[in-house]
Amino acid sequence: MSRTETGTHAPGSLAPTGKRPQGTLYRGREGMWSWVLHRITGIAIFFFLLVHILDTALVRVAPEAYNAVMSTYKNPIMGLGETALVGAIAFHAYNGIRIILIDFWTKGPKYQKVMFYVVIGLWVVTMAGFVPRHLINVFSEMGH
Amino acid sequence: MSTTIEAPRSPYSRAPRSRGVNWEKWGWMYMRASGLVLVVLIFGHLIVNLVLGDGIKAIDFAFVGGKWSNPFWQVWDCLMLWLAMIHGANGMRTLVNDYASHRTTRGILKGALLFSVIVLITLGTLVIFTFDPCPAGAPADLLASFCSAS
Repeated sequence: MSRTETGTHAPGSLAPTGKRPQGTLYRGREGMWSWVLHRITGIAIFFFLLVHILDTALVRVAPEAYNAVMSTYKNPIMGLGETALVGAIAFHAYNGIRIILIDFWTKGPKYQKVMFYVVIGLWVVTMAGFVPRHLINVFSEMGH
Repeated sequence: MSTTIEAPRSPYSRAPRSRGVNWEKWGWMYMRASGLVLVVLIFGHLIVNLVLGDGIKAIDFAFVGGKWSNPFWQVWDCLMLWLAMIHGANGMRTLVNDYASHRTTRGILKGALLFSVIVLITLGTLVIFTFDPCPAGAPADLLASFCSAS
């Protein structure tokens, strides 16, 4: 081993003593979790998009057909699903901008960890604005 | 036989690429360029459809009729459709390449992705531009208010 670190490995052993790899390793840190979340949110958004194009295409069938499907969406369970969807989109959007900055901004790699927490912060602000607004719409729909 | 091993950090020149377009590079560029445009398009889409006015409560045929009688929203939604489907499918292609270990599985999954992209982009584009907000014979109370004006 060329790196000299203290507390990472037990003397003469390759087994890490900490809970996760330390030092310059990417694994287990902000970089990995942002990557994992980017993939999971991406998959979720993609499959939603397939369904969303198909349900919107019903406007070409009949007004009644489109309204019938929309009315099945207007309940609290789907309302929570839409909240999760918007959460996934907001994370994917902000983390996507972080990825672009890492790739094209000279100081991007240096600040990738800071930018991950900026992404989380912006996400919290976005959801704090969106969730109450949306859930009021969802729950006030009931009883109509 | 003696083999010469270069010093580990010595600069190297890449073997000249075979001629032709570097599709992976342009795919990589596309993900970033389309991503930036999609942030604007999708956030606008969500604000107009879910946040302003009555939000999700207002979404019905008349709401869509009102939006798509305006070329601005037709172009907005069409652009969103094309950029998002290609962005999403290309992202899924990356995942298939990463996680599907058999050549046949990868072929089937990427074929399914290509198929769904072509079908849904075609369907969506046709729906946006052949849409009639005031279809003949439909009950007036389901349509946008401007339908009964004439």
